[in-house]
Amino acid sequence: MQNPGDLELTRRGVLMGSAAAVALTTGPFTEPAHAAAKRQEPILSTVSFTVNGKPRRLELDTRTTLLDALRDHLHVTGPKKGCDHGQCGACTVLVAGRRINACLTLAVMHEGDSVTTIEGLGLPDGLHPMQAAFVKHDGYQCGYCTPGQICSAVAVLDEIKAGIPSHASTDLTTPPQATAAELRERMSGNICRCGAYSNIVDAITEVAGRQA
Amino acid sequence: MRPFTYERARSPAEAAAAAARSQGAKFIAGGTNLLDLMKLEIEAPPHLIDVNGLALDTIEATPDGGLRIGALVRNTDLAADGRVRRDYGLLSRALLAGASGQLRNKATTAGNLLQRTRCPYFYDTAQPCNKRQPGSGCGAIGGFSRQHAVVGGSEACIATHPSDMAVAMRALDATVETVKPDGATRSIPIADFHRLPGDTPHIETALAPGELIVAVTLPKPVGGVQLYRKVRDRASYAFALVSVGAIVQPDGSGRVALGGVAHKPWRIEAAEAEMPRGAKAVAAQLLAGANPTPANAFKLPLVERTLGAVLAEAKG
Repeated sequence: MQNPGDLELTRRGVLMGSAAAVALTTGPFTEPAHAAAKRQEPILSTVSFTVNGKPRRLELDTRTTLLDALRDHLHVTGPKKGCDHGQCGACTVLVAGRRINACLTLAVMHEGDSVTTIEGLGLPDGLHPMQAAFVKHDGYQCGYCTPGQICSAVAVLDEIKAGIPSHASTDLTTPPQATAAELRERMSGNICRCGAYSNIVDAITEVAGRQA
Repeated sequence: MRPFTYERARSPAEAAAAAARSQGAKFIAGGTNLLDLMKLEIEAPPHLIDVNGLALDTIEATPDGGLRIGALVRNTDLAADGRVRRDYGLLSRALLAGASGQLRNKATTAGNLLQRTRCPYFYDTAQPCNKRQPGSGCGAIGGFSRQHAVVGGSEACIATHPSDMAVAMRALDATVETVKPDGATRSIPIADFHRLPGDTPHIETALAPGELIVAVTLPKPVGGVQLYRKVRDRASYAFALVSVGAIVQPDGSGRVALGGVAHKPWRIEAAEAEMPRGAKAVAAQLLAGANPTPANAFKLPLVERTLGAVLAEAKG
């Protein structure tokens, strides 16, 4: 980590593959970016937020995403890293009750926030109704996307309750209902490569029925 | 990701001034596009100015009957606002057609306008891209160009603007309000906000360095049937191949703007005079001078047919 060249090549080699490493020599970056790159030491910042009700205070490299802070610094490993680019939804957590992609937000941007992960919804000895419904309806196969699916599903029902419309809503002026079409559209930010989608819709539908 | 320093700004003027102090600094709000690009080192700001604390997150009525939308209003909240749903349905529809629920909860009104293209050659740092690295060439021209622009492109760039919301804003004649580092404010009509690529595709908007968007205003409602039809490779959570935003009045007149076809939301006011004559006539004017590639020439008939479907739906 002492040699700047080693650091860059290692990071880029691991993260982006050999093709991107070739691009290093052609210098695709702007002058200010070079200036930043020359400062080799991580730039630290402190942040305080609560995770599943517990106050946490961290000193972090400013580059740390909320997802990496949760997983690697706080060892809250329910939120999963799938794509790390906001495309798969495996990292979905609730911040102040709203679902977001934890991979696309910096930890330092969450000063004072309240973060809820799958662990905060329920644990094996006290499952959240959505967790129990996923088990009952077999709403997963490998389970990797499941924490994100469940956090998202809980938020989806809250959003429908709050009257927030979706692309599937036929009328913008009447309250949306938890129909299968609405659930499919609203869950589209959570990808399941095992293809458990129909069972996931069944699980959410059951919980929506209980709440109605 | 490259190292960066980080600060939280407390007022718009302070944020703009902070940007002026640090060359290459970026504002960060939702961060859903900027952080994605920073991870790939396509963006590498040495300093981030967090503007989330600026209290620009309200939607207020304007004296002339319109709405002033704070720059930080989240896409979810804008789409769900009762006044927007009632009076600017096109805007709600366009917002809801974009991204995912998670992303809309973070993405802001200003940030949505400032989204960068999803051209795969812009994203792949091993490829030439005049937008990412001016002068390096364009991988899309002669490459895989199915998603790319069919109108308004240049020999330097055929990227498209990815936003759905911006298409609605263009049709609704929105105005972008900003503050500059010296404290000066200005209002930029949405028609002048996004640029065509020309020979400087890396310059995408009319914003000056350090200039901060504080609000987007909408004029008073124009009524009509407001529709947004987005055609894409899957039913949800994908960027548009072609999208049509339309406002159709009872007499058949109205407005049309397109997404997915150009470097900016595409609207030709003169084409709207053809609306009573139908989609073919309107599309012919909207797409006059089109220069598609073999891979994306399908977008020309797709625009006409999507517009035809929208006009038919508007008639009811």
